[in-house]
Amino acid sequence: MSKDDSIGESLRKQGISRRAFMKFCAATASLLALPPGMAAVMAETLSRARRPSVIYLSYQECTGCGESLTRSFSPTLENLMFNVMSLDYYETLQAAAGTAAEAARKTAMKENWGKYLLVVDGAVPVGHDGAYCTIAGESAVDILTEAAKGAAAVVSVGTCAAFGGIPHANPDPTGAVAVSRIVKDKPVVNVSGCPPVPEVITGVLAHYLTFGSIPELDHLGRPKVFFGETIHDRCYRRPFYDEGKFAKTFDDEGARNGWCLFELGCKGPVTYNACPTVKWNQGTSYPIQSGHGCLGCSEPDFWDKGSFYQALSTGTWSGGAVLGAAAVAGAAIGVGAAIVSRRRHAHSEKEKQS
Amino acid sequence: MNLLDFARGAVMKWSIAIFLFGMLWRLFGMLLLRRTHDYSEPRVHAAGLGALRSIIRRSWPRREFQARTAYGVTVSYVFHIGLAIIVFGFVPHILFIRNLVGVGWSGLPGGIIYFCAVITLVALVMAIVRRLTHPVLKLLSNFDDYFSWFVTAAPVVTGLLAAGHYGGRYEDLLAVHILSFELLLIWFPFGKLMHSVLLFLARGQTGAVYGRRGAST
Repeated sequence: MSKDDSIGESLRKQGISRRAFMKFCAATASLLALPPGMAAVMAETLSRARRPSVIYLSYQECTGCGESLTRSFSPTLENLMFNVMSLDYYETLQAAAGTAAEAARKTAMKENWGKYLLVVDGAVPVGHDGAYCTIAGESAVDILTEAAKGAAAVVSVGTCAAFGGIPHANPDPTGAVAVSRIVKDKPVVNVSGCPPVPEVITGVLAHYLTFGSIPELDHLGRPKVFFGETIHDRCYRRPFYDEGKFAKTFDDEGARNGWCLFELGCKGPVTYNACPTVKWNQGTSYPIQSGHGCLGCSEPDFWDKGSFYQALSTGTWSGGAVLGAAAVAGAAIGVGAAIVSRRRHAHSEKEKQS
Repeated sequence: MNLLDFARGAVMKWSIAIFLFGMLWRLFGMLLLRRTHDYSEPRVHAAGLGALRSIIRRSWPRREFQARTAYGVTVSYVFHIGLAIIVFGFVPHILFIRNLVGVGWSGLPGGIIYFCAVITLVALVMAIVRRLTHPVLKLLSNFDDYFSWFVTAAPVVTGLLAAGHYGGRYEDLLAVHILSFELLLIWFPFGKLMHSVLLFLARGQTGAVYGRRGAST
């Protein structure tokens, strides 16, 4: 299979039928909530298009996003990699290592300058001139800056790349920042989540590969098609919230009956993601369905927003000393005011008597 | 830090601190004031009973004024009871209280709370319309009355907007709701909202004095 083959040609060479390709397009269009007619448009566009180059960079991350990506079932990563795109650099999956791997990246960048899709997972440390994350002697921030210059668009995969994530959490020793803080002059799509839903990653890639543009984004740069609604609004346990039925511990009657997990700290009401609709592991389940509240992992700074097990309506502050001081000060001023009043009263009584 | 983090963090801490400071200042300042000695022979020794009787009786309009005060009393009772149901019956509010003071209880279904909130809001609007149109009330009202009404109505309005997702993203509406409640907390000890505590002290004191003298309370 040549890199210059169109997607249609490469599919024919691999013996993949038109019917199988149409099924792939229909599934992808459905995932992106596109009208049914768009599946045919997608098939037509993709079959003529040259497989675009994709360069995938990994920085301060745990490879959870990559693990998630490999579990996408519709479209599958293999399908995207072998049929729709040319994944030219991805440390986790590529066979090459060391100098050969870096050479592959540089070649892909040179050959596809201005056209390739740059995917990044992990936060980018900028502390100490980027010394906390280096690859082949170059800092992450330098590689990203250089790679972004030739990219058509950038996709930040995972909350670390999208918002800084756990590396950015207080006290942020490495000065970790989101990709969008480094890349200012290219469109950046944030596919947040810790990790993101696999189909959301592949869905965004498929959208770009099909239409050559990024999907409509929300105010945090996330695709609205996947991040348009809160977990709470699409949660199957929502009726229990409305009825006032809540699990109070993870093993009480409420938990066994599948009641709402709000009291156990579920952050679903303020978390935007596709977990309840697309679900995980081939549509099997998602965290709330498995009995645990949402952590709010697709939102910025989710790690620093208080305990995962503290209800959303409670405060995230700490400062018993401030409250104690305020109470003591209030009581002292009140007592002082009463003493002054008593003294004045006694003084005026004395004056009356004299 | 977004608006919700701001509302749940620093603002919440300082609003509770100001509330505590103001409440203790005013209560200690008033309760420790010198009381005038009553040298008369007490007609009734159980003055505390007089205090209790006064608190209860004066919570209900006297028959002679019922026709004239029916509107105000009814509207006031509706929004006071409504506010109590919303504050102490809605599960997220109960969790807030439990997290703060360690005491919690079972809540009511959301539908009942939303219904009560709408009724409460209607009653609050009726109360302010009366205050703005009644010739005597209008003369008696000042900034404190209007601002106290505002900080009471604002959490109800913002709570309903948040529950219905009207006018913005839920997290922003929730933040505005929490901030509006925090404004109420800050204003509470320094304005007329303090009546919710002083009402019982004032009526009780009057009832106790009258009771001691054997007068009707």
